[in-house]
Amino acid sequence: MRLDWIINNAGEIWDLTLSHLWLTLLPTLIGLILSIPLGYLAFTYRRSYTFIVGGTSLFYTIPSLALFILLPKVMGTKILDPINIVVALVIYTIALLVRLVADGLDSVSPDVVKAAQGIGFTRLQTFFKIQLPISVPAILSGLRVVVVSNISIVTMAAVIGVAQLGSLFTMGFTRRLFVPIVVGLIVCLLLALILDRLLVLLGKVLTPWSQKGAL
Amino acid sequence: MDIFGWLTDPANWSGPGSIPFQAGMHLLYSLIALLVAAVIAVPLGMFIGHTGKGESLIMGSVNAMRALPTLGLLILLVLMIAPVFGSNLAFVIPSLIVLVLLAIPPILSGVASGIRAIDRSVIDAARGMGFSTAQIVWKIEMPCAFPLTLSGVRGATLQIVSTATVAAYVSLDGLGRFIIDGRAANDYAEMAGGALVLAVLAVLLELGFAGLGKLIVSPGLTRRIRVKPSAQIEETETKIMSVARA
Repeated sequence: MRLDWIINNAGEIWDLTLSHLWLTLLPTLIGLILSIPLGYLAFTYRRSYTFIVGGTSLFYTIPSLALFILLPKVMGTKILDPINIVVALVIYTIALLVRLVADGLDSVSPDVVKAAQGIGFTRLQTFFKIQLPISVPAILSGLRVVVVSNISIVTMAAVIGVAQLGSLFTMGFTRRLFVPIVVGLIVCLLLALILDRLLVLLGKVLTPWSQKGAL
Repeated sequence: MDIFGWLTDPANWSGPGSIPFQAGMHLLYSLIALLVAAVIAVPLGMFIGHTGKGESLIMGSVNAMRALPTLGLLILLVLMIAPVFGSNLAFVIPSLIVLVLLAIPPILSGVASGIRAIDRSVIDAARGMGFSTAQIVWKIEMPCAFPLTLSGVRGATLQIVSTATVAAYVSLDGLGRFIIDGRAANDYAEMAGGALVLAVLAVLLELGFAGLGKLIVSPGLTRRIRVKPSAQIEETETKIMSVARA
């Protein structure tokens, strides 16, 4: 073990960590924003539920490496373009979240919705002030899974040559070095842990009424 | 050469290193890993589900495995184990170990949470009718836990098939070969062709599992009637917890 490797390469590790974070958070955010209207559609029109949830989850079965390589063909981008990774992760994020958004909205008691309409809420107000906030715990539990698994999936892109923490693994492999691999694993785990904790905190802020909740 | 050209080239359809050969190897490695994982995870899941002991262990292992990048784990194990074996085993064994490790948590949590989710009164009723513990486990708990067990196995399969692809990076045979070799030779047609075959294989497996579920899950367990939404969310969460992803 040569620990001085870490000090000599601290700058590069930091850069890789930043691009890793960027490649994880951007698609998670886009995926979340797209999942909410899709989930609402699946919830409102029950007939579309199977189509939307089933259809998106089928994409989830496609191995990430295959998706990273097929997307450039579909979108006309270059194979090394990080946008491929972002789009692939958006697809995975939607695949997981749409179901939870739809089921979360479904768990809101119809009485509450009727009461809101009774006191004059419009559909938009009912959605943003009643249905969405009550669904937050369900959506957030899905988001935690998504963020953590996205961190892990991003590393796969190192195999085709997109730089992020996974590059430490491939570099360790070609040079037969343990230190970069271990560093990469630890930083990935730390990122997952920190982001997961942040989401739990966010949940507490967003749902002040459930302070005793299991989140 | 484009993807279509690569896919229809007869040279890619016979002999060692051809599409059928690599698809077969991919399925073979996946099947071995799935069987080994099931042999470990099913009894353990039955124990945890039946006794209620060690549930935190499951949640812990599921979450930790999800956060652990499979590529890093794989490369680390290969570098550690490779000096021990001289032959092909140097990368086959570590790859299989990683695949098994990844497949255990989803199966384990599927079996255990499937058993935990059974209404306690059902089990009490069985006990009242004079069922022995073994009978309760085999005739009540396992059949009732079957849908979640199946979705656990489905999640594990998904994970294995996906990770077996990456194992091509450390020289394992399988459909990932086309992606890695194509990348090395800058042959996009080969990469994309391999990726397409892989994607089709994965989707077919998923559809197969969906069909299997419809076919053999006891009709008494399929939810034709609308369930309480809160119970449904719990079930969805269990399902989502059981899929890890590579």
